[in-house]
Amino acid sequence: MPELNEQKSSSEFKPLIVAFCCNWCSYAGADLAGTSRLNYPANVKIIRVPCSCRVNPMFILRAFQRGADGVIINGCHPGDCHYSTGNYYARRRMALLFSMLEYLGIEKGRTRVEWVSAAEGQRFAQVMNEFAETIHNLGENKRLEDLRCKR
Amino acid sequence: MQRIGVFVCWCGSNIAATVDVSAVAEAVKSEPGVVLATDYQYMCSEVGQAKIKDAIKEHGLTGVVICSCSPRMHEATFRKTAAAAGLNPYMVEIANIREQCSWIHKEKDEGTEKAIILAKAAIAKLNLNAPLTAGESPVTKRALVIGGGIAGIQTALDIADAGYEVDIVEKSPTIGGKMAQLDKTFPTLDCAACILTPKMVDAAQHEKIHLYTYSEVEKVSGFVGNFTVDIRKKARNVKEDLCTGCGVCMEKCPSKKAKSEFNMGLNTRSAVYVPFAQAVPNVPVIDHDACIHYKTGKCGLCEKSCPSNAIDFEQQDEIITREYGAIIAATGFNPIPMDDFDEYGYSQNPDVVTSLEFERLMNAAGPTKGVLLRPSDGKHPKTLVFVQCVGSRDTTECGKPYCSKICCMYTAKHAMLVREKYPDTEVYVFYIDVRTPGKNFDEFQRRAVEQYGVNYVKGMVGKVAEEDGVLHVQASDLISGTQMHIDADMVVLAAAIEPDKSARPLATMLTASMDTNDFFTEAHPKLRPVESPTAGVFLSGICQGPKDIPETVAQAGAAASKVIGLLAKDKLTCNPCVAGSDELLCNGCSACQNVCPYGAIEYVEKEINDHGVREMRRVAEVNEAVCQGCGACTVTCPSGAMDLKGFTNKQIMAEVDAICRN
Repeated sequence: MPELNEQKSSSEFKPLIVAFCCNWCSYAGADLAGTSRLNYPANVKIIRVPCSCRVNPMFILRAFQRGADGVIINGCHPGDCHYSTGNYYARRRMALLFSMLEYLGIEKGRTRVEWVSAAEGQRFAQVMNEFAETIHNLGENKRLEDLRCKR
Repeated sequence: MQRIGVFVCWCGSNIAATVDVSAVAEAVKSEPGVVLATDYQYMCSEVGQAKIKDAIKEHGLTGVVICSCSPRMHEATFRKTAAAAGLNPYMVEIANIREQCSWIHKEKDEGTEKAIILAKAAIAKLNLNAPLTAGESPVTKRALVIGGGIAGIQTALDIADAGYEVDIVEKSPTIGGKMAQLDKTFPTLDCAACILTPKMVDAAQHEKIHLYTYSEVEKVSGFVGNFTVDIRKKARNVKEDLCTGCGVCMEKCPSKKAKSEFNMGLNTRSAVYVPFAQAVPNVPVIDHDACIHYKTGKCGLCEKSCPSNAIDFEQQDEIITREYGAIIAATGFNPIPMDDFDEYGYSQNPDVVTSLEFERLMNAAGPTKGVLLRPSDGKHPKTLVFVQCVGSRDTTECGKPYCSKICCMYTAKHAMLVREKYPDTEVYVFYIDVRTPGKNFDEFQRRAVEQYGVNYVKGMVGKVAEEDGVLHVQASDLISGTQMHIDADMVVLAAAIEPDKSARPLATMLTASMDTNDFFTEAHPKLRPVESPTAGVFLSGICQGPKDIPETVAQAGAAASKVIGLLAKDKLTCNPCVAGSDELLCNGCSACQNVCPYGAIEYVEKEINDHGVREMRRVAEVNEAVCQGCGACTVTCPSGAMDLKGFTNKQIMAEVDAICRN
């Protein structure tokens, strides 16, 4: 991947990205990206949740507090939620949370909600590559780091 | 403190090539709770599973982390393994280091580093796991088949033969689907009606099968084993219990100008009609758009002439609510519209037809009684051009990226039938590739070329222009590298097939996933091809992907056997990862109840002992048999009383922490 090589040569900064994926669509999409042997940066780490609506804003705050540089929530496409309505709740909650985070100084680019279906392995890899590149360009996240957690 | 065993799988070289598995095992040894960390070539093999079982017993493990392929692949396998060794199956966590690590990353140090972090996250989560016990739910021993084509009919017959009740919902007035419209079927050239109509009758007469024709599924709720479905039975305006199928109403009907859907609009039908003579049920419907009575309030000739008083102009749509244990989608396909393909002039020239229209023109029961005549002037065509892959394998906007699979064979069939019936005709077939895998398929296509003298030309048709009743076909012959001009009398387009338009809204109702082409997605493309990822929803026929009749019948049988396997059970094990409320924290606000898509939360007045203070409080109570474990309520709860077993707030936080710790 060009981004990967660039990252390695140009700087030592490897952003830490936490990706929440719903079990039914986006986690399966991530699996398909793997099955199709597509590439995206290794610093994207996926956490499986049953539905995007299971993602508590606390989890995102915690991730930033503990040094994550970007957080992305992936769900089923609107209308396709396995639980019918979960992704609509996630969408509303995250709109509010991201707006608050921006107020706190966490750039909009560090947070994202994406819809990836189980059949969109290609799209999953593409979204992760784009997101990683955005975070890489934004640089390290220092705004919401818990200094008490610093070793 | 947990006693955790970590097992790192090599998956042959699938993981081991990009992840240093022994380094992963080594790195997690010092994690809290870990008493054992080891690696093995194939964890899912019998030997691998035996290793896990032995370790659980030998080290007294309370939890197991498997670093392997996706939990979607083998979570169930390893849970069974753990249970066999006496461990609670929900004390198993999977770190997905194949699909989401080794297959994604090329460099070994990177892959190893990530695998270690994923393993640590799984360990952190497992440290907070609690044993869970799955509840049970009953199974309604009745199946619903949506779609009454060959796929739906075969699925229904197979399920019914096993002794279970089946309902078929078909949106058109008759069952039979696309196969009923076909003339002959490849590769044996037996007539479609001769092999299909007996099956239609079997389905109608089977004591376990109930047909809802001219009906649509309106609402689906519930879950595997316990679906509740609303079926809209559209008003036929002909009473099914009284009608004898004599056909007098159709003879008397003065409005005879509606286009026949069954004959692809190539001829007309009356306003009160049955789609074709062998329709099942043989009960007409009244087309409101064409009926004079509904337009002017007059007429009513059918009502007067009906000898059994079956006509009922006042009949209304009816909603029928029924319970089912399993639902089978068999919604079928349609040829894509040809209007966007200007180069072939389909919309301008009646003599440019689709293959399905051609099928009707060749059919003895079709508009021309099986005599091949041009739709424009009723003359015998002498030169026919068949164009394959119209819209198939076409990545432009009007086409479909996939191969429609059936066109090569039916085009060979058409070409062969034309040459057999009318040896004086000249037949050209333009193709990109000829794809004829299947038993006796390639031999069939070769027969068309060698025995029947059909001219197969590799290349595409660029333009069809009409002049004085002659279709000038411009095409390229890719093998000789020359341009061809053919003066044809008819052009037949092998239009790509697409899933029926009803499939998308149905998928939404069933919460079953679809791919970008609106084909239903399988639970696993190779190992679970007839099941949808949504438990209790099964797939039959083209709604899952293009396929021919033999394949459809085979898949229909496979889907039926899966349904029978489900209906044979008296109880289903529920998912124990459900929500639960902490009564001490609940403030009775009802927020969770409002977001629950299943109505699984109820509020009860309950005496609560809050640190010695006893008082009556309104608290949330989750019905575990109904909760599906989405977790919407957990985030909505303002007091943090709601949590989701198996995915608790603390567990996910621990995962976040573990990932961010490095």
